[in-house]
Amino acid sequence: MVVTAERTPLYEEHVHLGAQMMIFGGWVMPLQYSSIREEHRAVREAVGLFDLSHMGELRVKDESLAQQVVTRDLTRLRPGRIQYAMLCNEAGGIIDDVLAYAVAEGGYLMVVNAGNQDGDFDWIRAHSARTSPSPAAGGQGGGSVLNVGRDWSLIGVQGPRAVGLVQRLTASELGGVKYYAFIEGKVADVACVISRTGYTGEDGFELFCGNEDAVRLWRALLEEGQADGIRPAGLGARDTLRLEAGMRLHGNDIDASTNPLEAGLDWTLSLDKDFIGRDAIAQARQRGLSRVLVGFKMLDRSIPRHGYAVVDNGQRVGTVTSGNVSFTLGYNIGMAYVPPTLAEPGTRFGVDVRGTAAPAEVVALPFYKRPHPK
Amino acid sequence: MPDHSGLRFAETHEWVKKDGDSAIVGISEYAQSQLGDVIYLELPTIGQQLDAGARLGVIESVKAASDLYSPVTGEVSEVNQDLKDHPEYVNEDPYGKGWVIKLRGVKDNPKLLDQNAYDTFVQGQAGS
Repeated sequence: MVVTAERTPLYEEHVHLGAQMMIFGGWVMPLQYSSIREEHRAVREAVGLFDLSHMGELRVKDESLAQQVVTRDLTRLRPGRIQYAMLCNEAGGIIDDVLAYAVAEGGYLMVVNAGNQDGDFDWIRAHSARTSPSPAAGGQGGGSVLNVGRDWSLIGVQGPRAVGLVQRLTASELGGVKYYAFIEGKVADVACVISRTGYTGEDGFELFCGNEDAVRLWRALLEEGQADGIRPAGLGARDTLRLEAGMRLHGNDIDASTNPLEAGLDWTLSLDKDFIGRDAIAQARQRGLSRVLVGFKMLDRSIPRHGYAVVDNGQRVGTVTSGNVSFTLGYNIGMAYVPPTLAEPGTRFGVDVRGTAAPAEVVALPFYKRPHPK
Repeated sequence: MPDHSGLRFAETHEWVKKDGDSAIVGISEYAQSQLGDVIYLELPTIGQQLDAGARLGVIESVKAASDLYSPVTGEVSEVNQDLKDHPEYVNEDPYGKGWVIKLRGVKDNPKLLDQNAYDTFVQGQAGS
Protein backbone atom coordinates (compact mmCIF):
# COMPACT_ATOMS: atom_id res chain seq x y z
CA MET A 1 0.00 0.00 0.00
CA VAL A 2 1.29 3.43 -0.88
CA VAL A 3 0.32 6.12 1.58
CA THR A 4 0.23 9.51 -0.07
CA ALA A 5 0.10 12.68 1.96
CA GLU A 6 -2.77 14.96 1.01
CA ARG A 7 -2.25 18.41 -0.49
CA THR A 8 -4.25 21.51 0.25
CA PRO A 9 -5.50 23.73 -2.62
CA LEU A 10 -2.64 26.10 -1.71
CA TYR A 11 0.14 23.55 -2.24
CA GLU A 12 1.42 25.17 -5.45
CA GLU A 13 1.41 28.60 -3.79
CA HIS A 14 3.71 27.30 -1.05
CA VAL A 15 6.08 25.75 -3.56
CA HIS A 16 6.23 28.99 -5.56
CA LEU A 17 6.96 30.90 -2.36
CA GLY A 18 9.94 28.60 -1.76
CA ALA A 19 8.51 26.86 1.30
CA GLN A 20 10.24 23.93 2.91
CA MET A 21 7.46 21.34 3.04
CA MET A 22 6.83 18.71 5.70
CA ILE A 23 4.24 16.05 6.36
CA PHE A 24 1.95 16.80 9.30
CA GLY A 25 -1.15 14.84 10.22
CA GLY A 26 -1.10 13.15 6.82
CA TRP A 27 -0.86 16.44 4.88
CA VAL A 28 2.02 18.09 2.99
CA MET A 29 2.29 21.48 4.66
CA PRO A 30 4.74 24.37 4.69
CA LEU A 31 7.16 24.12 7.62
CA GLN A 32 8.72 27.50 6.88
CA TYR A 33 9.10 29.90 3.97
CA SER A 34 12.15 31.86 5.06
CA SER A 35 12.91 31.54 8.75
CA ILE A 36 10.73 30.40 11.66
CA ARG A 37 12.18 33.23 13.74
CA GLU A 38 11.20 35.88 11.16
CA GLU A 39 7.75 34.39 10.59
CA HIS A 40 7.17 34.25 14.35
CA ARG A 41 8.21 37.89 14.69
CA ALA A 42 5.95 38.97 11.81
CA VAL A 43 2.93 37.49 13.61
CA ARG A 44 3.82 39.17 16.92
CA GLU A 45 4.63 42.54 15.38
CA ALA A 46 2.70 42.79 12.11
CA VAL A 47 0.71 40.02 10.45
CA GLY A 48 1.26 36.44 9.31
CA LEU A 49 -0.66 34.35 6.79
CA PHE A 50 -1.24 30.65 7.44
CA ASP A 51 -2.62 27.85 5.32
CA LEU A 52 -4.71 25.82 7.76
CA SER A 53 -6.64 23.89 5.14
CA HIS A 54 -5.40 20.62 6.58
CA MET A 55 -7.68 21.19 9.58
CA GLY A 56 -10.84 19.11 9.60
CA GLU A 57 -14.42 20.35 9.70
CA LEU A 58 -17.30 18.17 10.81
CA ARG A 59 -20.89 19.34 10.48
CA VAL A 60 -22.88 17.95 13.41
CA LYS A 61 -26.49 18.88 12.78
CA ASP A 62 -27.99 16.93 15.64
CA GLU A 63 -27.69 19.04 18.80
CA SER A 64 -28.14 16.17 21.22
CA LEU A 65 -25.40 14.24 19.43
CA ALA A 66 -23.05 17.20 19.71
CA GLN A 67 -23.89 17.55 23.39
CA GLN A 68 -23.13 13.86 23.87
CA VAL A 69 -19.66 13.97 22.32
CA VAL A 70 -18.20 17.24 23.59
CA THR A 71 -17.26 18.04 27.18
CA ARG A 72 -18.84 21.46 27.30
CA ASP A 73 -22.47 22.47 27.54
CA LEU A 74 -23.23 24.01 24.15
CA THR A 75 -26.90 24.78 24.79
CA ARG A 76 -26.15 28.33 25.87
CA LEU A 77 -23.93 28.95 22.86
CA ARG A 78 -25.81 31.36 20.62
CA PRO A 79 -25.55 31.15 16.82
CA GLY A 80 -22.48 32.99 15.65
CA ARG A 81 -20.47 32.09 18.75
CA ILE A 82 -17.66 29.58 19.21
CA GLN A 83 -16.45 27.46 22.11
CA TYR A 84 -13.32 25.41 22.71
CA ALA A 85 -14.13 21.92 23.97
CA MET A 86 -12.75 18.40 24.25
CA LEU A 87 -13.86 15.19 22.59
CA CYS A 88 -13.27 12.44 25.16
CA ASN A 89 -13.47 8.67 25.20
CA GLU A 90 -15.30 6.69 27.92
CA ALA A 91 -12.17 6.70 30.08
CA GLY A 92 -12.06 10.49 29.95
CA GLY A 93 -9.02 10.53 27.65
CA ILE A 94 -8.84 13.32 25.11
CA ILE A 95 -9.55 12.08 21.58
CA ASP A 96 -9.26 15.59 20.19
CA ASP A 97 -9.68 19.25 21.07
CA VAL A 98 -12.17 21.10 18.91
CA LEU A 99 -13.77 24.45 18.24
CA ALA A 100 -17.57 24.19 18.13
CA TYR A 101 -19.28 26.85 15.98
CA ALA A 102 -23.00 27.32 16.68
CA VAL A 103 -24.60 27.53 13.23
CA ALA A 104 -27.77 29.58 12.56
CA GLU A 105 -29.45 26.66 10.74
CA GLY A 106 -29.03 24.57 13.89
CA GLY A 107 -26.32 22.28 15.16
CA TYR A 108 -22.60 22.90 15.06
CA LEU A 109 -19.54 23.01 12.90
CA MET A 110 -16.64 21.35 14.68
CA VAL A 111 -13.15 22.36 13.63
CA VAL A 112 -10.83 19.48 14.49
CA ASN A 113 -7.16 18.58 14.12
CA ALA A 114 -5.96 17.47 10.69
CA GLY A 115 -4.70 14.06 11.69
CA ASN A 116 -7.81 13.32 13.74
CA GLN A 117 -10.53 14.38 11.32
CA ASP A 118 -11.42 10.94 9.99
CA GLY A 119 -11.12 9.31 13.41
CA ASP A 120 -13.29 11.99 15.00
CA PHE A 121 -15.86 11.57 12.23
CA ASP A 122 -16.00 7.80 12.73
CA TRP A 123 -16.26 8.27 16.50
CA ILE A 124 -19.12 10.75 16.30
CA ARG A 125 -20.92 8.74 13.62
CA ALA A 126 -20.68 5.60 15.74
CA HIS A 127 -22.35 7.47 18.59
CA SER A 128 -24.94 9.05 16.33
CA ALA A 129 -26.42 5.60 15.77
CA ARG A 130 -27.10 5.48 19.52
CA THR A 131 -28.48 8.94 20.05
CA SER A 132 -30.53 9.14 16.84
CA PRO A 133 -32.08 5.73 16.30
CA SER A 134 -35.12 6.90 14.38
CA PRO A 135 -34.93 7.31 10.59
CA ALA A 136 -36.59 10.70 11.00
CA ALA A 137 -33.63 11.89 13.03
CA GLY A 138 -31.16 10.85 10.36
CA GLY A 139 -31.44 7.08 9.96
CA GLN A 140 -28.26 5.32 11.06
CA GLY A 141 -26.91 8.67 11.97
CA GLY A 142 -26.02 8.99 8.33
CA GLY A 143 -27.10 12.58 7.90
CA SER A 144 -26.45 13.87 11.40
CA VAL A 145 -22.70 14.24 10.95
CA LEU A 146 -20.87 15.15 7.77
CA ASN A 147 -17.12 15.17 7.14
CA VAL A 148 -16.70 18.38 5.13
CA GLY A 149 -13.04 19.13 5.86
CA ARG A 150 -11.87 18.33 2.34
CA ASP A 151 -14.41 20.71 0.75
CA TRP A 152 -13.18 23.72 2.71
CA SER A 153 -9.99 25.66 2.85
CA LEU A 154 -8.94 27.62 5.90
CA ILE A 155 -6.61 30.62 5.91
CA GLY A 156 -5.36 32.21 9.13
CA VAL A 157 -4.58 35.93 9.28
CA GLN A 158 -2.91 36.60 12.62
CA GLY A 159 -1.15 39.50 14.25
CA PRO A 160 -1.74 43.07 15.45
CA ARG A 161 -2.37 44.25 11.87
CA ALA A 162 -4.62 41.32 10.90
CA VAL A 163 -7.97 42.91 11.70
CA GLY A 164 -7.18 46.08 9.77
CA LEU A 165 -5.96 44.08 6.80
CA VAL A 166 -9.05 41.88 6.56
CA GLN A 167 -11.28 44.92 7.12
CA ARG A 168 -9.81 46.61 4.04
CA LEU A 169 -10.88 43.61 1.97
CA THR A 170 -14.45 43.31 3.17
CA ALA A 171 -17.61 45.38 3.38
CA SER A 172 -18.62 43.50 6.52
CA GLU A 173 -18.17 45.43 9.75
CA LEU A 174 -15.55 43.45 11.65
CA GLY A 175 -15.45 45.62 14.77
CA GLY A 176 -18.56 43.90 16.06
CA VAL A 177 -17.14 40.41 15.59
CA LYS A 178 -15.90 39.58 19.07
CA TYR A 179 -13.22 37.09 19.99
CA TYR A 180 -14.64 33.57 19.49
CA ALA A 181 -17.45 34.80 17.26
CA PHE A 182 -17.99 34.50 13.50
CA ILE A 183 -20.01 35.95 10.64
CA GLU A 184 -20.50 35.12 7.00
CA GLY A 185 -19.25 37.68 4.53
CA LYS A 186 -17.10 38.32 1.50
CA VAL A 187 -13.37 38.90 1.77
CA ALA A 188 -11.68 39.93 -1.49
CA ASP A 189 -14.96 39.00 -3.15
CA VAL A 190 -14.71 35.42 -1.85
CA ALA A 191 -17.58 34.06 0.23
CA CYS A 192 -16.15 33.23 3.65
CA VAL A 193 -16.92 32.33 7.19
CA ILE A 194 -14.99 35.03 9.04
CA SER A 195 -14.01 33.70 12.45
CA ARG A 196 -12.22 35.72 15.12
CA THR A 197 -10.11 32.86 16.39
CA GLY A 198 -6.53 31.73 16.20
CA TYR A 199 -3.74 29.59 17.56
CA THR A 200 -1.02 32.19 17.96
CA GLY A 201 -1.94 34.34 20.95
CA GLU A 202 -2.58 37.30 18.66
CA ASP A 203 -5.75 38.92 17.44
CA GLY A 204 -6.89 38.00 13.96
CA PHE A 205 -9.18 35.91 11.84
CA GLU A 206 -9.49 32.46 10.42
CA LEU A 207 -11.24 32.50 7.05
CA PHE A 208 -13.08 29.45 5.77
CA CYS A 209 -13.79 29.36 2.04
CA GLY A 210 -14.51 26.85 -0.70
CA ASN A 211 -11.44 25.07 -2.09
CA GLU A 212 -12.00 26.65 -5.51
CA ASP A 213 -11.56 30.15 -4.01
CA ALA A 214 -8.58 29.45 -1.76
CA VAL A 215 -5.82 30.60 -4.13
CA ARG A 216 -7.67 33.82 -4.97
CA LEU A 217 -8.19 34.65 -1.29
CA TRP A 218 -4.61 33.74 -0.35
CA ARG A 219 -3.12 35.94 -3.10
CA ALA A 220 -5.42 38.86 -2.28
CA LEU A 221 -4.41 38.78 1.39
CA LEU A 222 -0.70 38.51 0.56
CA GLU A 223 -0.92 41.42 -1.87
CA GLU A 224 -3.03 43.71 0.31
CA GLY A 225 -0.91 42.79 3.32
CA GLN A 226 2.37 43.97 1.76
CA ALA A 227 1.78 47.40 3.27
CA ASP A 228 1.44 45.75 6.69
CA GLY A 229 4.63 43.72 6.40
CA ILE A 230 2.77 40.45 5.96
CA ARG A 231 4.69 37.18 5.77
CA PRO A 232 3.40 33.74 4.95
CA ALA A 233 4.08 31.64 8.04
CA GLY A 234 4.48 27.88 8.28
CA LEU A 235 3.80 25.23 10.86
CA GLY A 236 7.17 25.89 12.52
CA ALA A 237 6.13 29.39 13.55
CA ARG A 238 2.62 28.18 14.34
CA ASP A 239 4.13 25.81 16.91
CA THR A 240 6.44 28.35 18.57
CA LEU A 241 3.58 30.90 18.65
CA ARG A 242 1.01 28.57 20.18
CA LEU A 243 3.52 27.38 22.77
CA GLU A 244 4.15 30.95 23.96
CA ALA A 245 0.38 31.39 24.18
CA GLY A 246 0.19 28.24 26.37
CA MET A 247 -2.10 26.48 23.92
CA ARG A 248 -2.06 22.70 24.01
CA LEU A 249 -1.22 20.69 20.91
CA HIS A 250 -3.14 17.45 20.57
CA GLY A 251 -0.71 14.58 20.07
CA ASN A 252 1.96 16.42 22.08
CA ASP A 253 0.47 17.87 25.25
CA ILE A 254 -2.86 16.08 25.30
CA ASP A 255 -3.98 12.74 23.90
CA ALA A 256 -6.19 9.76 24.67
CA SER A 257 -3.99 8.87 27.66
CA THR A 258 -4.50 12.25 29.36
CA ASN A 259 -7.71 13.70 30.74
CA PRO A 260 -8.81 17.36 30.70
CA LEU A 261 -8.25 17.77 34.46
CA GLU A 262 -4.59 16.77 34.20
CA ALA A 263 -4.22 19.01 31.17
CA GLY A 264 -5.47 22.06 33.10
CA LEU A 265 -8.53 22.24 30.89
CA ASP A 266 -11.15 22.07 33.67
CA TRP A 267 -12.80 25.15 32.19
CA THR A 268 -13.83 23.13 29.12
CA LEU A 269 -15.84 20.70 31.26
CA SER A 270 -19.54 20.88 32.05
CA LEU A 271 -19.71 18.04 34.55
CA ASP A 272 -23.37 18.84 35.28
CA LYS A 273 -24.40 17.54 31.85
CA ASP A 274 -24.10 14.06 30.41
CA PHE A 275 -21.28 13.47 27.90
CA ILE A 276 -18.99 10.62 26.94
CA GLY A 277 -16.21 10.40 29.52
CA ARG A 278 -18.03 12.46 32.13
CA ASP A 279 -18.22 9.72 34.75
CA ALA A 280 -14.55 8.80 34.40
CA ILE A 281 -13.53 12.45 34.67
CA ALA A 282 -15.76 13.01 37.71
CA GLN A 283 -14.19 9.95 39.37
CA ALA A 284 -10.69 11.15 38.53
CA ARG A 285 -11.50 14.43 40.23
CA GLN A 286 -12.73 12.55 43.31
CA ARG A 287 -9.57 10.42 43.48
CA GLY A 288 -7.27 13.39 43.00
CA LEU A 289 -4.71 13.83 40.23
CA SER A 290 -1.32 12.14 40.10
CA ARG A 291 0.06 14.58 37.52
CA VAL A 292 -0.76 17.96 36.06
CA LEU A 293 0.41 19.92 33.06
CA VAL A 294 2.52 22.94 33.94
CA GLY A 295 4.41 25.60 32.08
CA PHE A 296 8.08 26.06 32.89
CA LYS A 297 11.03 28.14 31.80
CA MET A 298 14.60 26.99 31.59
CA LEU A 299 17.06 28.71 33.90
CA ASP A 300 19.98 27.93 31.60
CA ARG A 301 20.23 27.96 27.82
CA SER A 302 19.35 24.35 27.13
CA ILE A 303 16.24 23.56 25.16
CA PRO A 304 13.54 21.23 26.46
CA ARG A 305 11.93 18.88 23.92
CA HIS A 306 8.90 16.63 23.73
CA GLY A 307 9.64 13.39 25.58
CA TYR A 308 12.50 14.63 27.79
CA ALA A 309 12.30 13.49 31.41
CA VAL A 310 11.51 15.82 34.30
CA VAL A 311 13.77 14.94 37.24
CA ASP A 312 13.66 15.81 40.90
CA ASN A 313 16.28 14.64 43.41
CA GLY A 314 17.72 12.29 40.80
CA GLN A 315 14.39 10.60 40.12
CA ARG A 316 12.30 10.75 36.97
CA VAL A 317 9.03 12.37 38.05
CA GLY A 318 7.48 13.62 34.81
CA THR A 319 7.72 14.24 31.09
CA VAL A 320 8.11 17.27 28.88
CA THR A 321 5.33 17.46 26.28
CA SER A 322 6.39 20.59 24.37
CA GLY A 323 9.44 22.79 24.48
CA ASN A 324 11.35 25.29 22.43
CA VAL A 325 12.92 28.68 22.36
CA SER A 326 10.56 31.59 23.05
CA PHE A 327 11.57 34.16 20.46
CA THR A 328 9.34 36.77 22.08
CA LEU A 329 10.53 36.28 25.67
CA GLY A 330 14.16 35.50 24.95
CA TYR A 331 14.41 32.31 26.99
CA ASN A 332 13.45 28.69 26.56
CA ILE A 333 10.07 27.38 27.64
CA GLY A 334 8.09 24.18 27.82
CA MET A 335 5.13 22.30 29.18
CA ALA A 336 5.38 19.09 31.20
CA TYR A 337 3.33 16.67 33.25
CA VAL A 338 4.62 16.72 36.83
CA PRO A 339 3.29 15.58 40.23
CA PRO A 340 0.93 18.17 41.79
CA THR A 341 3.55 18.81 44.49
CA LEU A 342 5.80 20.33 41.82
CA ALA A 343 3.12 22.36 40.09
CA GLU A 344 3.21 25.69 41.96
CA PRO A 345 4.77 28.61 40.06
CA GLY A 346 8.26 29.16 41.41
CA THR A 347 8.90 25.45 42.01
CA ARG A 348 12.15 24.20 40.53
CA PHE A 349 12.92 20.87 38.92
CA GLY A 350 15.36 19.48 36.40
CA VAL A 351 14.90 18.61 32.75
CA ASP A 352 17.11 15.78 31.57
CA VAL A 353 18.90 17.21 28.54
CA ARG A 354 21.32 14.60 27.20
CA GLY A 355 22.05 13.25 30.66
CA THR A 356 22.32 16.57 32.49
CA ALA A 357 19.58 17.84 34.81
CA ALA A 358 19.13 21.33 33.40
CA PRO A 359 17.43 23.69 35.89
CA ALA A 360 13.85 24.78 35.19
CA GLU A 361 11.21 26.75 37.08
CA VAL A 362 7.43 26.46 36.96
CA VAL A 363 5.69 29.57 35.59
CA ALA A 364 2.03 30.38 35.12
CA LEU A 365 0.46 29.78 31.71
CA PRO A 366 0.25 31.42 29.27
CA PHE A 367 3.88 32.46 28.87
CA TYR A 368 2.85 35.30 26.60
CA LYS A 369 -0.23 37.52 26.51
CA ARG A 370 -0.68 40.09 23.82
CA PRO A 371 -0.37 43.67 25.11
CA HIS A 372 -3.93 44.89 24.45
CA PRO A 373 -6.39 42.02 24.39
CA LYS A 374 -9.77 42.79 22.90
CA MET B 1 30.11 32.93 -5.18
CA PRO B 2 32.72 33.13 -2.44
CA ASP B 3 35.72 30.87 -2.88
CA HIS B 4 35.39 27.77 -0.73
CA SER B 5 38.05 25.84 -2.63
CA GLY B 6 40.05 25.19 0.51
CA LEU B 7 37.12 23.50 2.25
CA ARG B 8 36.72 19.78 2.75
CA PHE B 9 33.44 18.23 3.82
CA ALA B 10 32.35 15.25 5.87
CA GLU B 11 29.28 13.24 4.89
CA THR B 12 27.85 14.38 8.24
CA HIS B 13 27.83 17.93 6.77
CA GLU B 14 30.67 19.59 8.68
CA TRP B 15 33.37 21.49 6.78
CA VAL B 16 37.02 21.92 7.69
CA LYS B 17 39.58 24.37 6.39
CA LYS B 18 43.19 23.46 7.15
CA ASP B 19 46.02 25.90 7.64
CA GLY B 20 49.22 24.05 8.42
CA ASP B 21 48.43 21.78 11.35
CA SER B 22 45.49 23.96 12.52
CA ALA B 23 41.97 23.95 11.16
CA ILE B 24 38.62 25.71 11.38
CA VAL B 25 35.43 23.63 11.52
CA GLY B 26 31.83 24.60 10.76
CA ILE B 27 28.69 23.22 9.20
CA SER B 28 27.80 23.39 5.53
CA GLU B 29 25.36 25.70 3.81
CA TYR B 30 23.21 22.66 3.02
CA ALA B 31 23.20 21.59 6.69
CA GLN B 32 22.17 25.02 7.95
CA SER B 33 19.38 25.22 5.38
CA GLN B 34 18.11 21.81 6.45
CA LEU B 35 18.31 22.61 10.17
CA GLY B 36 16.59 25.96 9.89
CA ASP B 37 16.92 28.59 12.61
CA VAL B 38 19.81 27.61 14.89
CA ILE B 39 19.06 28.54 18.50
CA TYR B 40 21.73 26.83 20.60
CA LEU B 41 25.07 25.04 20.34
CA GLU B 42 26.67 22.79 22.91
CA LEU B 43 30.39 22.96 22.21
CA PRO B 44 33.49 21.17 23.52
CA THR B 45 35.95 22.63 26.01
CA ILE B 46 39.31 23.97 24.92
CA GLY B 47 42.01 21.33 25.14
CA GLN B 48 39.64 18.46 24.41
CA GLN B 49 41.09 15.88 22.02
CA LEU B 50 38.76 14.86 19.19
CA ASP B 51 39.13 11.96 16.80
CA ALA B 52 37.85 12.22 13.25
CA GLY B 53 34.20 11.20 13.34
CA ALA B 54 33.87 11.76 17.12
CA ARG B 55 30.98 13.78 18.46
CA LEU B 56 32.12 17.32 19.08
CA GLY B 57 28.85 18.80 20.28
CA VAL B 58 25.19 19.38 19.62
CA ILE B 59 23.45 21.93 17.44
CA GLU B 60 19.84 22.79 18.12
CA SER B 61 17.46 24.44 15.73
CA VAL B 62 13.81 25.26 16.35
CA LYS B 63 13.02 21.91 14.76
CA ALA B 64 15.40 19.50 16.47
CA ALA B 65 18.68 18.74 18.21
CA SER B 66 21.44 17.19 16.07
CA ASP B 67 24.92 15.89 16.81
CA LEU B 68 27.99 17.53 15.33
CA TYR B 69 31.04 15.43 14.45
CA SER B 70 34.66 16.42 14.08
CA PRO B 71 35.77 15.96 10.46
CA VAL B 72 39.41 15.56 11.53
CA THR B 73 41.51 14.47 14.47
CA GLY B 74 42.90 17.31 16.58
CA GLU B 75 42.80 19.25 19.83
CA VAL B 76 40.22 22.00 20.40
CA SER B 77 42.07 25.34 20.54
CA GLU B 78 39.11 27.71 20.34
CA VAL B 79 35.32 27.69 20.24
CA ASN B 80 33.27 30.44 18.62
CA GLN B 81 32.06 32.41 21.65
CA ASP B 82 29.93 34.69 19.47
CA LEU B 83 27.54 31.81 18.84
CA LYS B 84 26.38 31.93 22.48
CA ASP B 85 24.53 35.15 21.85
CA HIS B 86 24.25 34.84 18.09
CA PRO B 87 23.57 31.24 17.10
CA GLU B 88 21.91 32.65 13.97
CA TYR B 89 25.40 33.36 12.57
CA VAL B 90 25.47 29.68 11.62
CA ASN B 91 22.49 30.32 9.33
CA GLU B 92 23.62 33.69 8.05
CA ASP B 93 27.25 32.91 7.33
CA PRO B 94 28.09 29.22 7.83
CA TYR B 95 31.54 29.52 6.18
CA GLY B 96 32.44 32.80 7.88
CA LYS B 97 31.34 34.19 11.21
CA GLY B 98 29.26 31.06 11.82
CA TRP B 99 32.40 28.90 12.23
CA VAL B 100 32.13 26.51 15.20
CA ILE B 101 35.55 25.44 16.55
CA LYS B 102 39.25 25.63 15.80
CA LEU B 103 41.62 22.69 16.17
CA ARG B 104 45.39 22.31 16.42
CA GLY B 105 47.65 19.32 15.90
CA VAL B 106 45.34 18.32 13.08
CA LYS B 107 45.79 15.11 11.12
CA ASP B 108 44.61 14.74 7.54
CA ASN B 109 41.46 12.76 6.90
CA PRO B 110 41.58 11.31 3.36
CA LYS B 111 37.87 10.41 3.50
CA LEU B 112 36.74 14.04 3.32
CA LEU B 113 35.10 15.35 0.16
CA ASP B 114 35.95 18.42 -1.87
CA GLN B 115 33.18 20.88 -2.76
CA ASN B 116 32.23 19.13 -6.02
CA ALA B 117 32.12 15.68 -4.46
CA TYR B 118 30.13 17.03 -1.51
CA ASP B 119 27.63 18.79 -3.79
CA THR B 120 27.12 15.55 -5.67
CA PHE B 121 26.69 13.69 -2.37
CA VAL B 122 24.09 16.23 -1.18
CA GLN B 123 22.16 16.00 -4.44
CA GLY B 124 22.04 12.24 -4.01
CA GLN B 125 20.66 12.70 -0.50
CA ALA B 126 18.07 15.24 -1.52
CA GLY B 127 16.84 12.96 -4.28
CA SER B 128 16.48 9.91 -2.07
